[in-house]
Amino acid sequence: MTIEEIQDEIVEEFSMFDDWMQRYEYMIELGKSLPLIEEEYKTEDNIIKGCQSKVWVHAELKEDKLVFTADSDAIITKGIIAILIRAFSNQRPKDIIDANTDFIDEIGLKEHLSATRANGLVSMIKQLKLYALAYQTQLN
Amino acid sequence: MIASKLDIETIRKDFPILKRKVNGYPLVYLDNAATSQTPKQVIDVIVDYYSRYNANIHRGVHTLSQEATDAYEKARGKAQQHVNAAEPHEIIFTSGTTESINLIANGFASFLTKGDQILVSALEHHSNIVPWQMLCEQTGSTLKVIPMDHNGELLIGEYSKLLSNNTKLVVANHVSNALGTINPVEEIISLAHNAGAAVLIDGAQAAPHIRVDVQKLNVDFYTISAHKICGPTGVGMLYGKEEWLKKLPPYQGGGEMIAEVTFEKTTYADLPHKFEAGTPNISGGIAFGAALDYINALGYETIANYEQELLAYATGELLAINGLKIYGTSENKTSVISFNIEGIHPYDIGTILDKLGIAVRTGHHCAQPIMDYYKIPGTVRASFSFYNTKEEVDVLVEGIKKARLMLS
Repeated sequence: MTIEEIQDEIVEEFSMFDDWMQRYEYMIELGKSLPLIEEEYKTEDNIIKGCQSKVWVHAELKEDKLVFTADSDAIITKGIIAILIRAFSNQRPKDIIDANTDFIDEIGLKEHLSATRANGLVSMIKQLKLYALAYQTQLN
Repeated sequence: MIASKLDIETIRKDFPILKRKVNGYPLVYLDNAATSQTPKQVIDVIVDYYSRYNANIHRGVHTLSQEATDAYEKARGKAQQHVNAAEPHEIIFTSGTTESINLIANGFASFLTKGDQILVSALEHHSNIVPWQMLCEQTGSTLKVIPMDHNGELLIGEYSKLLSNNTKLVVANHVSNALGTINPVEEIISLAHNAGAAVLIDGAQAAPHIRVDVQKLNVDFYTISAHKICGPTGVGMLYGKEEWLKKLPPYQGGGEMIAEVTFEKTTYADLPHKFEAGTPNISGGIAFGAALDYINALGYETIANYEQELLAYATGELLAINGLKIYGTSENKTSVISFNIEGIHPYDIGTILDKLGIAVRTGHHCAQPIMDYYKIPGTVRASFSFYNTKEEVDVLVEGIKKARLMLS
């Protein structure tokens, strides 16, 4: 599936809920299926800056696709990174770099996109794209 | 004297923002230690200033300038009376506590040398740590920490041992922003003076709850931020003893702070203008005065009694929640409760509470050393003001219970 197709799928899943509580509960549920980062990669270098909670992300190139693993010590943040990783993992770096992230707004998490928001959703997206950029350069 | 009771319903009508809804719920504002809300009496003063007499002060001969100057200097007089300073020129208007502290740190650079020591309490906000670290780097002086115990109280015995002939300055907050502990400032000051050291007390968190008498305290420097006591942001005051303020070099160069300027030499203005370079926050200063009027009309004793009642009620209700732990358990504290729930990140609780219209602060509260002491990433902090109610405490408790269900 392409990033766009996965994003549409996520938007559809979230559209089943009509209040914020159900959406948050589902997001927390998604966090539980997050492909967890190996303990050895939970280093200072892999922490995303700008988050009030800790978020670690690791990226690995498998053939021509980038595979992400992550973790967070806060459960909502873990849900957010899980959603991002579901959309971006196992994709070609170039597609990750070009990906649009408007779906965040569509699933009712718009408030997390604000620059001042302490969970650093914006920083997370930036970090995933930075990884993609680094590996893209390597592939070239 | 028996303090009168606050009429909370009437008081709440003074604060337009309290009528707001957030995420579909009535706002429950419990982040008062970060900033307090503004009553219409203060908002009106700002609007009136810009509508009627906005002008630059201290230099214009025209009517507007004189009216603005009078109002600004009248506000200084209110600040002087509020802290019972001996002279109005001992009140320096600044942008707030952070600038007040930086002003003193900057000035002390010319007094300190290698081997000198500054003592800082373990309970400090970053703004009362970093300027002193910078000063130490600049002068070769050393920063020593007055330790705290598990209740969040300073160890005065250890403090006494740290004091020596080399101690030039002791800095501490009057009230801890992260835990609410009220520090024994009188004792801190007298011990420092016995050792020949000057004392700066950061009063940012004390100002909304405690009215200080700087002469009685015999403190050398005391700081207040207007926005913590119903005033606007971006303005505050530094109290300094006249003898100290005269000795300290100017902070910033510019207009207003000079007596005479030639390209060869500039002589500086008298106090307080020596420390007030440039056009100040005029409307802010005047509104700060109005905020002091507002809070003094309610009366500190009345406010403190009510807030302590709220604190006791909230502490009891919160402790009844399974797995909830309060950080900062001093007997002497203001209406601030810092807490965590076992196994749940404070950020998660804050996010759910926000969805329910409840504003609390989460994180390290700009006091990372305190969080390191307790070995926690941060806390959830609910801080109560005189306009909060027991019903709002109940909403908070229900919100936390809901969050706990969702998050565990």
